[in-house]
Amino acid sequence: MTLDPRAAMQAAISVPGVPRDSDGPVFREPWEAQAFAMTLALHERGVFTWPEWAAALAAEIKRAQAAGDPDTGETYYSHWLNTLEKLVAEKGVTTQDTLQRYRDAWDRACDRTPHGEPIELRKEDFA
Amino acid sequence: MPGHDHDHPHDHDHSELSETQLRVRALETVLTEKGYVDPAALDLLIETYEKKVGPRNGARVVAKAWADPVYRARLLKDGTPAIAAVGYAGRQGEHIVVLENTPKLHNMVVCTLCSCYPWPVLGLPPVWYKSAPYRSRAVADPRGVLADFGVTLPKDTEIRIWDSTAEIRYLVLPMRPEGTDGWSEEKLAELVTRDSMIGTGLPKAPKDLK
Repeated sequence: MTLDPRAAMQAAISVPGVPRDSDGPVFREPWEAQAFAMTLALHERGVFTWPEWAAALAAEIKRAQAAGDPDTGETYYSHWLNTLEKLVAEKGVTTQDTLQRYRDAWDRACDRTPHGEPIELRKEDFA
Repeated sequence: MPGHDHDHPHDHDHSELSETQLRVRALETVLTEKGYVDPAALDLLIETYEKKVGPRNGARVVAKAWADPVYRARLLKDGTPAIAAVGYAGRQGEHIVVLENTPKLHNMVVCTLCSCYPWPVLGLPPVWYKSAPYRSRAVADPRGVLADFGVTLPKDTEIRIWDSTAEIRYLVLPMRPEGTDGWSEEKLAELVTRDSMIGTGLPKAPKDLK
């Protein structure tokens, strides 16, 4: 399998709730497509199966609903992103701490980058 | 947008990423460094969905301007409220300026590298759009960049480059294709491509429609 629209369609069918049309998944914002594509890549590397992913995502959605998520579909990909962060840590791909460190580094990179220039990570962004 | 922390005014000059975008970038960087994902392969896949992201209100705006001269005049005079009238209200403090292409003038928008790209209007940005070489080449050699996209303009057409800022976004109003007299706005909108609203492409011709 390769990272292609066919694999994406397969994923959209295998995971309940993925917003899609007849061609495959549809996204409301660019980051949603990025989160989806990374999940697809990890699946292809065998980090998890679709049933495993679907169960983790369902658990995340259930938790969110218990905490008052409106369950309108608007937040689907934010649950997706939470699941992705948790699952990569559980699978030992990385840790929550590492993700937090990189998130903070990107935040610093962003702050020091003038508007209109490419935002790039540098060593000094890691405090 | 969940986790979006950009409700504050855009009154500073550094780049911006929302909380969600920061988390997505963190994941992508970590997974790339560990060899789990190949950013080029990700971009390639995402590119196949670029027309599937966001409402692409821009196409409706362009089609309406083609069909309705009064709307066109309003749009060119003050883009923000005219675009809001077809259903897209931008973030507070965000102004959209509409640039009209004519036989004498072709507008092309460069940037943007952060969250300032108006995807609700244009759909997902093309992957190459974010690359530094594209931006600098577009400024230095706009005709060459257009040729790469298969667009050749008459020699006497001036090409003007626009760089979005945090406060001003641009939407190119391309020229209405010939052979579309009497078309409905819905049908006209099908001719409007994202690239034609950035200025790196032209609208489809009637024969290109299925």
